[in-house]
Amino acid sequence: MSISFYILSALMLAGGLGAVMLRNAVHCALSLSVAFTGLALLFLQLDAQFAGLAQILVYVGAVAILVVFAILLTRTSEEIGESNVFSRTWLIGLILAAAVFAVLGWAVLRTAPMFPQPSAAPPVTVQEIGSALMGRYVLPLEIVALLLTAALIGAVIVATHEKEGAK
Amino acid sequence: MMQTLDRIFILLRDWLVHFLPSAWRAPAGTVLSVIAIIGLFPALFALTTVLERKGLGRMQNRLGPNRTGPLGILQPVADGIKALTKEDVVPFRADAIVHFLAPLLLVVVVFMGFAVLPMGRNMVLVDMDAGLLFFFAMGASTELSIFMAGWSSRNKYSLLGAMRAVAQMISYEIVLLLSSVAVVMTAGSLSLTKIVEAQNTYSFGLPHWYIFTPWGLLAFAMYAIAAMAETNRTPFDLPEGESELVAGYFTEYSGFKFALFFLGEYLGMFSISGLGTTLFLGGWSAPFSFLGWVPSWIWFFSKVMLSICVFIWLRGTLPRLRQDQLMNFAWKFVLPITLFNLLVTAIWRFLGPGWPRWFVCTALVVGIYVVMGETGMRRGKFGPRSYRYAE
Amino acid sequence: MSPLAGYLLVAALLFAIGLAGALTRRNAILVLIGIELMLNAANLNLIAFWRFGPHPEALTGMMFAVFSIAVAAAEAAVGLGLVISIHRHLKTVDLDEINRMKG
Repeated sequence: MSISFYILSALMLAGGLGAVMLRNAVHCALSLSVAFTGLALLFLQLDAQFAGLAQILVYVGAVAILVVFAILLTRTSEEIGESNVFSRTWLIGLILAAAVFAVLGWAVLRTAPMFPQPSAAPPVTVQEIGSALMGRYVLPLEIVALLLTAALIGAVIVATHEKEGAK
Repeated sequence: MMQTLDRIFILLRDWLVHFLPSAWRAPAGTVLSVIAIIGLFPALFALTTVLERKGLGRMQNRLGPNRTGPLGILQPVADGIKALTKEDVVPFRADAIVHFLAPLLLVVVVFMGFAVLPMGRNMVLVDMDAGLLFFFAMGASTELSIFMAGWSSRNKYSLLGAMRAVAQMISYEIVLLLSSVAVVMTAGSLSLTKIVEAQNTYSFGLPHWYIFTPWGLLAFAMYAIAAMAETNRTPFDLPEGESELVAGYFTEYSGFKFALFFLGEYLGMFSISGLGTTLFLGGWSAPFSFLGWVPSWIWFFSKVMLSICVFIWLRGTLPRLRQDQLMNFAWKFVLPITLFNLLVTAIWRFLGPGWPRWFVCTALVVGIYVVMGETGMRRGKFGPRSYRYAE
Repeated sequence: MSPLAGYLLVAALLFAIGLAGALTRRNAILVLIGIELMLNAANLNLIAFWRFGPHPEALTGMMFAVFSIAVAAAEAAVGLGLVISIHRHLKTVDLDEINRMKG
């Protein structure tokens, strides 16, 4: 367990904690970007170069910006002095999340002795990813393309202003 | 002798590193290369600021700066002293941490983009397999820093400028990516060194640069437009235009932080020109095969400086586009042409080497440009301007 | 402890943080942020299993993660469009106040 794993995990978890705990919504979005970057660096450490760079490109470069735009477009009058950022039922949510973590952690630690030992890094080139995408995974690729088109059109339709007077 | 000159920086680095024990040589070599990049590009930035101000001045029929040093050469020194000694004003209600981090993030991310550019034969800092993807990932992160700068100042002008800048950068980033995909399709790799090596062949003494192919010319034109929009240069500099929004998203920055933003913007211009030369203009390869004796890094930097001069030229010539004109232009003109260009590239590869593909692809490229132009004219989007006079 | 266990625990912790965020925040957009964190934790799980699993050259884990990134981006776009639309209609995105179907 190298030192970089600990540092990057700490960065990512700090970003995640900031994203769910900070008062100001824009600070939450920026902390989310830190979490995304930490995760991308963890991917790079796991020799998943393509996934890590795609993570930065898509999440930090697009999803974080989307979240920030949505926060700016849905601001009520003055949210700096907001009374409470957590909902009325926050305790139950926290207990549920802790329970989920307990179950997952128990499952991991219980099967930990059966895990395979670290092997050499698989040599993955972008060429192989490309031929896999066009060979074995061509159906998921086409479906994801269709999904993205539908999401694009759907998001535009959902978020457009209705015409004045039309009902 | 020319071989040695070509490899002079590599030999210099190896000689400096060879004093260290052998386990430390590789990291020390990388650190030296990083220091070289961090030293070289800001020096080029200083040169470019003088060049730009003199060039713009001459285009506007005035002399540029000419007081500091002969021909104003020492102007960047004067600018640097000014930037470092100015008071750093942070607005009272501004978000101090985000306000501080925004220029840092911009400069760090832009410097990271230089890591994958091949500046000469075997002179790339990190030869990544997905180098182009890394470069675009770094480019996508600059948008976040611009937003941080605009929002943290708690100033309506800054926020407006930042939102406009981010919207513009997102729209044109798609164009940038798609025009590079055409190059990747032909070269068959995302690694920038392989893309340059694929262009380093000559036939009849002329190089196989991608700009000399029909789809490459169209892709380069779209890439150049998108590059100008990504770096917020005129004619796309509405977010930071001096006459529009005070200074846009860096209104509330003064002193060294403003200098960092300025540095980040110009370095972004360098890195995007560097990528443009790598993808379309052949990177470090010489224009004619009989000129192959000139060191490769000279060709790379000449091409980058040529692109910078074209940027400065366009800044002095074209008027600014309005925000809605800019977005219309991106989504309704440039993006369809870029998508069609992918089809043309596929046809180019499909028809195989020979004469027919030149005719077909040139006809398609000219055809799509004419069709899109006519459609725009007919809808009244880009036609001769109509004037309405006050009665 | 093998490195795989470390990655899985970190992913489980990130998932729990995201779940806590999705269940306890009032602002609808912050709930979406929690959902994005959960998706990212699942991606980390996928890549960790791909790296330390039996057949890394089949690229299954990495492909799954890349498709998951694409789907998550699409879902974030549509979800945020919905939130903007709700805000336009009800003038608030506070989930404690959007608790009636009548509107």
